[in-house]
Amino acid sequence: MTTRREFLRFGLHSAAGVAAAEALPILSFAAGEPGSDARLVVVLLRGALDGLSAVPPYGDPAYATARRPIAIAAPGASGGALDLDGFFGLHPSLTGLHARYRAGELIVVHAAATPYRERSHFDGQNVLENGGARPAGTASGWLNRALAALPHVQAPAGTVALAVGQNVPLILRGTVPVGSWAPARMPQVEPELITRLRDLYSNDSTLAARLDEAVSIDALAGGEMGAPHETASMAKGAGGNLGLVRQMATTAGQMLAAPQGPRIAVLEMTGWDTHAGEGGAEGQLAYRLRGLDGAIDALREGLASQWARSAVLVCTEFGRTVMVNGTRGTDHGTAAAAFLVGGAVRGERVLADWPGLSARDLHEGRDLRPTTDLRSIAKGLLHEHLGLGSGALEEVFPDSASVAAASSLIRS
Amino acid sequence: MIARNTTLAALATTRFGLGARPGEIVAVAADPRGWLLGQVRPGPYAAPAELAGLTSGQAILAEFIATRQERNAEKRNLSAGASDPANGDPVKQLVATVRQQVLPHYLAQAAARTRIALATTASFHERLVQFWSNHFAVSVDKPIALGLAGAMENEAIRPHVTGRFRDLLVAVETHPAMITYLDNERSAGPHSELAGRVARRGDQGGATRVGLNENLAREILELHTLGVDGGYTQQDVTTFAAVISGWSIGGDNARLAQGTPGVFQFREAMHEPGAKTVLGKRYAESGLAQGMAVLEDLARQPATARHLATKLARHFVADEPSPALIEHLAHPFHATDGDLPSLYASLVHFDGAWSAAPAKFKTPQEFVYSALRAFEVIPQAPRQLLAPFELLGQPHYKPGSPAGWPDRTSDWDGADALMKRIEWSSALAGRLGDGRSAADAAHQAIGDLLSAHTLAALNRAASGSQALALLLMSPEFQRR
Repeated sequence: MTTRREFLRFGLHSAAGVAAAEALPILSFAAGEPGSDARLVVVLLRGALDGLSAVPPYGDPAYATARRPIAIAAPGASGGALDLDGFFGLHPSLTGLHARYRAGELIVVHAAATPYRERSHFDGQNVLENGGARPAGTASGWLNRALAALPHVQAPAGTVALAVGQNVPLILRGTVPVGSWAPARMPQVEPELITRLRDLYSNDSTLAARLDEAVSIDALAGGEMGAPHETASMAKGAGGNLGLVRQMATTAGQMLAAPQGPRIAVLEMTGWDTHAGEGGAEGQLAYRLRGLDGAIDALREGLASQWARSAVLVCTEFGRTVMVNGTRGTDHGTAAAAFLVGGAVRGERVLADWPGLSARDLHEGRDLRPTTDLRSIAKGLLHEHLGLGSGALEEVFPDSASVAAASSLIRS
Repeated sequence: MIARNTTLAALATTRFGLGARPGEIVAVAADPRGWLLGQVRPGPYAAPAELAGLTSGQAILAEFIATRQERNAEKRNLSAGASDPANGDPVKQLVATVRQQVLPHYLAQAAARTRIALATTASFHERLVQFWSNHFAVSVDKPIALGLAGAMENEAIRPHVTGRFRDLLVAVETHPAMITYLDNERSAGPHSELAGRVARRGDQGGATRVGLNENLAREILELHTLGVDGGYTQQDVTTFAAVISGWSIGGDNARLAQGTPGVFQFREAMHEPGAKTVLGKRYAESGLAQGMAVLEDLARQPATARHLATKLARHFVADEPSPALIEHLAHPFHATDGDLPSLYASLVHFDGAWSAAPAKFKTPQEFVYSALRAFEVIPQAPRQLLAPFELLGQPHYKPGSPAGWPDRTSDWDGADALMKRIEWSSALAGRLGDGRSAADAAHQAIGDLLSAHTLAALNRAASGSQALALLLMSPEFQRR
């Protein structure tokens, strides 16, 4: 029996395949251009990561008091932080990231925020992804606008960038076709059905484009790489979810590493909204952080030799209150921590203009005050890693002229 | 005239309802608008038969609490004695035990909900139940919500879907599912009696820390009533959290020990005393009634009317509904003090809601409902009944956040999502076999909305089951 994968490889030479490839505005990277071999992954932590637990500033004299029931102890103590620079540490769950730090591959950013200053998750995520200064400021995402600004050549539709999941999050939406991929759970369909659906969608440009993207991505996930997508667990429990995330990260890394694979991917992780029973060295947040640490590790394994050309930006919509609330958790805050990790990253550094945790230092008397605009990190990353010029950066991040791109993030 | 009514009937059953079952379009064609309005008249609430035998939210929560108390006691005994290396991570263990215990309740609720959606002859009404359930989303990825989200839909939402918004709002915000999902059960005022007791013991900041949790207050304002641009401030959030401090559940451990396990309980000792000002209005101290008064006023705010009108319009008419439609819905809602049947009637009477061109891309749930309704397939085993929703990325009661499932095309039309729909359609069509006419099925399912282009493709298909797969994946079946 002919499987869909066989058809896909065959399909590239078929009349329908060629017609589809020629009919669409398709982008990829031109060989030899700046950033042509670079891989970029953005990991979105939805729900607002508690930066003060993920990257505890154990050297701040106000930290232990403000965070008493959930504070992470200083390095050396039981359940203590993994030291970074004598002032900041990493949460003890983040052993993999700590190893990357010591290997010179991790930059930790702290007291960072988008320009959003309210405390709605959904508006906050919108700003993080749209790249503007306001919620719903643009209908496209900054990463898609960055793709549109890159030098390009023909490549199969939707293979230049990949949303890991069934659908495409706002950060990757826009004019450049973007694929999405999640592990398969069903038997493959008859190839003839795909051909007939192409015909059926000839009057429907949206469904036609989605189908072509799906076919191209599927070829990358299964056709060229030897069936990495085993039947996924039905995500029955939290453990199952993290296992699934790890599996998806591994495959995403493998797809990114393929010569004809995507160069950019976005991975989403949920469960960071720790209003109650957040925990300290152990507990709810610790468990999520282990999952994040495992996902980064899985990406690295999947990327293999291409890890050296990779940068992974891990960020969240905003941070959480400095004081612990009445239910041993934290409420919505402002500044948080972010990570930039990868073989291409000039690491073993903490970028933080530390605002302090004493009462008078706090934003609106409750939150870690933002001193770094996340857009400066993203702009520096796009410039140094993918070669975007300053003109393009202003289009990717509108109204950000006053936000200078951070420099020396990437190894030259 | 007749032709026009059959188009309206197809729209009534697919855009407003959950998809036509065989014979439904013909039956509805006499009076499509009347068919819709007849489903949302106010009247005494009668629970659908499919819900018989489900365990109440109160009983599920009481069982959960008892299990948690047992586990905590075991944990204390363990830490008092020698450590037990076989006993792994206690958080993980509790989650595992609770899932084992509560999962059957969740599966029964989700299966009942699916069976109602597949069998009902009042599918507009059922769509509205699910709309409000999603508006007041409780997501089962939080362990305590498993088993409670479905209970809340059945106990707080269904009885009020054709009543007043104010009553729906109060029922939801005082349901133990919402109280626990958004962490209000331990939220205590900084000047409450409990805070005073703890301060006298001199343990502020330790394990017995007392204070507010602003999660529920914020989401009531942002998601359930005013909307994110509804004109409230951080101060309003904090003060409203103080207003509803003490809104809790009965019979939990330690300081929550009093009361009947699993029911809403107002705990005076945790309530922040005193008059409070929310959105510029002062509310005198009156215990539980203070929060009820704020909810009443929130339900009446023009911003709430606009927020709800926008969501309803987006759900039924367009991803980006026109200001005219939003005003058309918001004004009578506000004028009738939140009478929900009037709101639905305004929607049904809005001519712009009846364009023959498809308005919305179906969500996975809508797609599965309409596909199974079209072929009158109702799988018996719960897991088989629920598998398609997992596969297509929209499991019941699991939107992942209190904002609920998103409701625009771009949220659902990813390439991988489309491929999953193709795979599922192909499998379903294979099970249905070659014995039926896809063209007939298409006329039954989408009536006049079937295009000549799609009909030609169905007629050209290589096999009967392939034609059915093409029908399910056709642009007009994927949209509504």
